[in-house]
Amino acid sequence: MSVMEIETVKPTEAQQKARRSRNVAIALALAAFVVLVYVISVVKLGSAVLSRSM
Amino acid sequence: MTLLDKTVLDDAVLSEATAGDYLELLKPRVMSLVVFTAFVGMVAAPVALNPFVVAVSIIAIAIGAGASGALNMWYDADIDAVMSRTASRPVPSGRVLPEQALAFGLVLAALSVMTLGVFVNWLAGAMLAFTIFFYAVVYTMWLKRWTPQNIVIGGAAGAFPPMIGWAAATGAFSLESVVLFLIIFLWTPPHFWALALFKSADYERAGVPMMPNVAGDTSTRRQIFGYSIVLAIAGVLPTALGYAGAAYGIAAAALGVGFVWYAWQVLVMPAGDRAMRPAKALFGYSLLYLFAIFALYLADCLALRMLAGAGA
Repeated sequence: MSVMEIETVKPTEAQQKARRSRNVAIALALAAFVVLVYVISVVKLGSAVLSRSM
Repeated sequence: MTLLDKTVLDDAVLSEATAGDYLELLKPRVMSLVVFTAFVGMVAAPVALNPFVVAVSIIAIAIGAGASGALNMWYDADIDAVMSRTASRPVPSGRVLPEQALAFGLVLAALSVMTLGVFVNWLAGAMLAFTIFFYAVVYTMWLKRWTPQNIVIGGAAGAFPPMIGWAAATGAFSLESVVLFLIIFLWTPPHFWALALFKSADYERAGVPMMPNVAGDTSTRRQIFGYSIVLAIAGVLPTALGYAGAAYGIAAAALGVGFVWYAWQVLVMPAGDRAMRPAKALFGYSLLYLFAIFALYLADCLALRMLAGAGA
């Protein structure tokens, strides 16, 4: 069985570097947003975040 | 390694845009002014504030301002490409595709408005949405290419942040925050027309109807002077109306006299002056003026509050 040649686009050095920088920025932004939602939930709800109706 | 369909392989272009290019779409320098004035509007409001609520509000307002900057750069790429000041921006230089800038702006606009609305209050969220709409649609798409009053009316977008900050703190409008709006609103024409005077060739080439290109240098210089006088008066309004103390009033009056003096130098500038040093000096001073006025207002509010706290 012959191995099928898969056509690919090989990113250049600059493209890879740029992609990496974008990925890191998106990760940081996402992490910051998660922290923000968490902190503001605690601040807005306080201990009420733990109280549930039975 | 990226796998692509054979049909798109030939014209596949992988982006070389870095995170820095996207950051540039947010116009960080404009953002810094927005952040500062919104912060002053928020902290000056006479209510007890949770520092996290302040932080979330300021972040949301900053991202909203950045979103309108990205939408502006998406729409104005054709103009930016022919102006020396803006030709190296991410879209005209080809580092970011127009549709990427558009998507980036729209997503950030939606996120920032939702964040401010859900976590702070919906009056502030709605005002942020209106400000983004006003800057991206009313100013960028409509006024900028149509009338020399573009930056006069469009200046409202830049003047809203302290009102949004105040609304984020109190959930309401107030005359105090309208006075802060008025100061930035009246500051915008002399600030941008000073720039337009020494960049008029750029605007001419781009076909943007700025005041010097439409009404001429002499008329523009007269209008700069007129706005400067009204601005200097508006600068002392917080003291006149009893919102700020005498120390603010005296300092604001001195800063206002300085502004009028720089504007006077522009007014009497020789017609053949190509270097336009007075216009450049006024442009530089105008930035200092706005930062100083808002810093003084903040310091005055905090000092009065501390004195009231000590006296109680």
